[in-house]
Amino acid sequence: MIIATKKWFDDRPTMTVYQPAVTEKKWVRRALLSIALTFISACLILPLLMVLYEALRSGWDVYLASITEPDALAAIRLTLLVAAISVPLNLVFGVMASWAIAKFDFFGKRFLLTLIDLPFSVSPVIAGLVFILLFGTGGWFGDEMTAMGWQIVFAVPGIVLATLFVTFPFVARELIPLMQSQGTDEEEAARVLGASGWTIFTRVTLPNIKWGLLYGVILCNARAMGDFGAVSVVSGHIRGVTNTLPLHVEVVYNEYQFTAAFACASLLAFLAIITLIIKEIFYRNLQNQRVKS
Amino acid sequence: MTLAETKTKTLLNVSYDPTREFYKEYNVEFSTFYKARTGIDVKVRQSHGGAGKQARAVIDGLQADVLTLALAYDIDAISERTGLFDNNWQSRLPYSSAPYTSTIVFLVRKGNPKNIKDWDDLVKPGVQVITPNPKTSGGARWNYLAAWAYAEQRYGSEDKAIEFVSQLYRNVPVMDSGARGSTNTFVRNGIGDVFLSWENEALLATTKLSDAAEFEIIVPSLSILAQPPVTVVHKHAKNHNVAKEANMYLEYLYSPVAQRLAAKHFYRPVHPEFADKKDLQRFPDVTLFTVNDVFGGWQQAQKKHFNDGGVFDKIYQPGR
Amino acid sequence: MTLRKMKAYSVLPGFSLSLGYTLFYLGLIVLLPISALVVKTMSLSWSEFWSVITDARVVASYKLTFGTALFAASVNLIFGSLVAWVLVRYQFKGKRIVDALIDLPFALPTAVAGIALVAIYGPNGPLGSVLLEWGIKVAYTPVGITLALIFIGFPFVVRTVQPILEDFEQELEEASAALGAGRWYTIRRVILPHLFPSMLTGFSLAFARGVGEYGSVIFIAGNIPMVSEITPLLIITKLEQYDYAGATAIACAMLLFSLLMLLVINGLQGWLERREKQFEGVMA
Repeated sequence: MIIATKKWFDDRPTMTVYQPAVTEKKWVRRALLSIALTFISACLILPLLMVLYEALRSGWDVYLASITEPDALAAIRLTLLVAAISVPLNLVFGVMASWAIAKFDFFGKRFLLTLIDLPFSVSPVIAGLVFILLFGTGGWFGDEMTAMGWQIVFAVPGIVLATLFVTFPFVARELIPLMQSQGTDEEEAARVLGASGWTIFTRVTLPNIKWGLLYGVILCNARAMGDFGAVSVVSGHIRGVTNTLPLHVEVVYNEYQFTAAFACASLLAFLAIITLIIKEIFYRNLQNQRVKS
Repeated sequence: MTLAETKTKTLLNVSYDPTREFYKEYNVEFSTFYKARTGIDVKVRQSHGGAGKQARAVIDGLQADVLTLALAYDIDAISERTGLFDNNWQSRLPYSSAPYTSTIVFLVRKGNPKNIKDWDDLVKPGVQVITPNPKTSGGARWNYLAAWAYAEQRYGSEDKAIEFVSQLYRNVPVMDSGARGSTNTFVRNGIGDVFLSWENEALLATTKLSDAAEFEIIVPSLSILAQPPVTVVHKHAKNHNVAKEANMYLEYLYSPVAQRLAAKHFYRPVHPEFADKKDLQRFPDVTLFTVNDVFGGWQQAQKKHFNDGGVFDKIYQPGR
Repeated sequence: MTLRKMKAYSVLPGFSLSLGYTLFYLGLIVLLPISALVVKTMSLSWSEFWSVITDARVVASYKLTFGTALFAASVNLIFGSLVAWVLVRYQFKGKRIVDALIDLPFALPTAVAGIALVAIYGPNGPLGSVLLEWGIKVAYTPVGITLALIFIGFPFVVRTVQPILEDFEQELEEASAALGAGRWYTIRRVILPHLFPSMLTGFSLAFARGVGEYGSVIFIAGNIPMVSEITPLLIITKLEQYDYAGATAIACAMLLFSLLMLLVINGLQGWLERREKQFEGVMA
C-alpha cells in the first residue's frame, strides 16, 4: 500500500514543486524557532547566568576567598567523597540489574522495573526521612548502631545512604533499554563458541554498552553531587563536617553572605556545565554506536 | 597518636539560627581560655538551623554535646523524648540557664512608610508582616506570644486575642521555617512592610549588613523577655569524654569575656556590668514580660498554642 | 531453584548472580527503608491515618502541589514538544549547544536553581521587578512554585519526544501532503497521534518529579499554610514538631501516589513500544 502511494506520488512530481510537503511555511518556522529559543533562554540560560553574575559581582578576590575558606573546602571534599562512594555502588547495581533484566525473560520483570524506578519519583524529603526511621534514635537499627558505636544518620554514612537512594535508578535506567535494544545474539554466539561469562561480559557486552554506561554514570554523578532535599534531612548541618556543597550554599546564604553563597553555587553550576559537555560527547558516541549496530 | 587524642577534644554545639556570629567568636575565646587553663585543645563544631529542625535532629540522634537553643520547650522535648539529660536541666545554671536574653522588636523600611508604631498597626489591612513559622522556628514562637500577650492585655479577653493574632497572621505573605530565612525574605528580597524579629537580628540588620541604612527599628510598647537557654547533653558528653569541657563551655558563657561578646553580638547580657557601655546603649528600654508571667511556662504555652489543633492551627482553618 | 523455573530458557550465564544481587541491593537500599516508613505509619489506626491525610491544611497542600505540578507539566508538554520539534526539524546556528543545554535542569542542583530563581524573580530581581510593575507577583506565590517546577521538569518532554520524532518516517508526511492534506492537517492527524504516547510519558515524568520536588521550590514558595505550602514541606514541618506518625502518614500517601504514577508511566511506555512495533509492521 505504501509502495503504491509512493508510485502515485512519483508520477505527480509537480505537486511538491510549489508546496513544501514536509515542512512549514517560512514565517511559521521562524516563529516556532523564536518561541522555542525564547523559552529556553528565559527558563534555562537566565538562571545559569544569574548564578555566575551574582557570584562574580564582588570581584575575583571575594570569589576565590569564598570557595577556599575551610568550611567550603570541607563541603567540597565531602561532596566528592559521597559521590565517589555512591556512584560506583550504583554503577555495579546498574550493570547487574540490566544484565538480569535485558538478557533474560522472567516472571515479574515489569514490576521489578517499576520498583527500580521508585526512588526517582519519591520526594527527596521522604528519601531522607526513611533513613531517620531506620537509623535514628529509636529507629529499627538505631539502638544497635549506637551500641556498636556507629553513627549513621547525622554523619557521613547517612548522607551516603540518602544519596544512594536518590541516585539509585540512574545507571540502570540508562542501560536497560540500551541492552534490550541490542538483544542477546552476540552474547549467545560467544557462549556457543565457549567463552566464559566474564569474557562475554568484558569482550562482547561492555564494548557495546560503554557509552551508555558512561552516560548513566555522569547523570548519576551530577545528581549525587547536587541533591539537597534528602541530605538536608539526614545531615545535621555540622559546619565543616556534614555539610555537602548544596547544604553549604544554604548555610552561607542564611549568613547574609550572598556573594559567597552564589560563588559556591557557581561551582555546582560549573559542574553542571562540565556534566553537559561530557554527556554530549558520550551521547554522540552512543548515537554513532547505535547507527553502527 | 594517643597523645594527640587526649590533647585535642571536639565539642558539638547544636544551636538555632541567629547565634552564628556570636558562637563563631565565642568558640575561639573559649578554646584559648581552656587551653591556657588545662593545656587541652578544644575544637567546637557548630550546627545551626531553625530551632525545631535542630531539636528534631538531636532527638533522632545528632550527637550534640551542648545545646544552645531558642527556647526552653525544645530542650524539654529533647529531655523528655530521649532521656539524654535530666528534666531539671534549667536549674543547673544561673538565670534559668539563659546566659543572654533578647526580645522581639519591629524592623521596618527606612522612614517607616506605613507608620508602624505598635502591635495595633500590624493588624491593619494592607500591612504586610514577615515572621517565620511558629511551628518550626523558636523566634517565631516568641513573636506570636508577644503579640498574644499584648492583645490580651490591651483588649482584655482571650477571644479578642485570638482575633488579633488571626488578623496578624493573615497579613503574613511569606512564612519561612527559620528566623534567618525570614530576615533574607525581608532584607534581601524586599518583601513585607514590617519584620517581627529578634532584637539581636534587627540590630544586626541595621548595623552590619551592607544595606543597613535602609531599615530602622521600632520598639513596641510591650514585648516579651526571650530567654534562649543552654544545657549540656550529659550522656553524649560523657560518651565523647568531654563532660568537663561541655560544662565549662556553658559556665564560661557567664564570664566577663563572654558577656561582653554577647552584648557585642546584640544579645542582652545577664551581667551588663561586664559589657561595653557603647554596646549596651543599643538596647532600648522596653516593658518586658516573661512566658511564666503570662502563659504559666513554656509547656502550657506550647500545648495551648502551637501543638496540632492548638490556637495557631485554628487561624488557618478555612471559614474563619 | 524456583527462580529458574520462572524464567525462559537461555544459554547465557549469570542470571542467578545478577538477579540475586539486583534484588538484594534493591531490598537493602530501597525496599527496607520504605518498609520502615510503611510500618511507622501503621502505628496509626486507619481512622487516625485518614484524618491526618485529609486534614484541611494537608488537602490544601495537595491541591497546591498537584495543581502547580500539573500546570508546570502542561506548560512543559507544549513547549517541550515545540522545542523537540525545532531541534529535530529545523537547522539553525548553535543548535548543538541548545540541544546540550536542555539537560541543564538534570545537572544543576535544585538548591542552586532555587536561589537563582529567587534572585531573578524576587521583587529586587531583574525580571521580578518588571513583572511587579505589571502587578504580577512571582516569588513567594504559587506562580513562583510553578516556575521552579517548569524549570526542573523541562527536559522530560523534550527527551521523550525527540527520539520518536527523529525516527519518524517522513514518507508518511509526504504521502499525506501528496494526498492533498494541508500542513496543519498533516501535523494534527498524522504526526501528533504518533507522538502522543511519548508526549504523555514525558508529561507524566515531569508531573511525578514536580510533585516530589523540594530543593528548588522551598526558596521561592511563600510557605503560607493553605496558600503556598507544598506537601513535602508539610512533611518536614510535621517532623519538626516531633509528629513522626503524622509525617510518615503524609509521606506514605505521597509514596502511594508515586507508585501509581510509575505504574501509569510504565504502562504508557509499554503502549509506546507496542505501537512502535505495530507501526514497523505496517511499514514492512
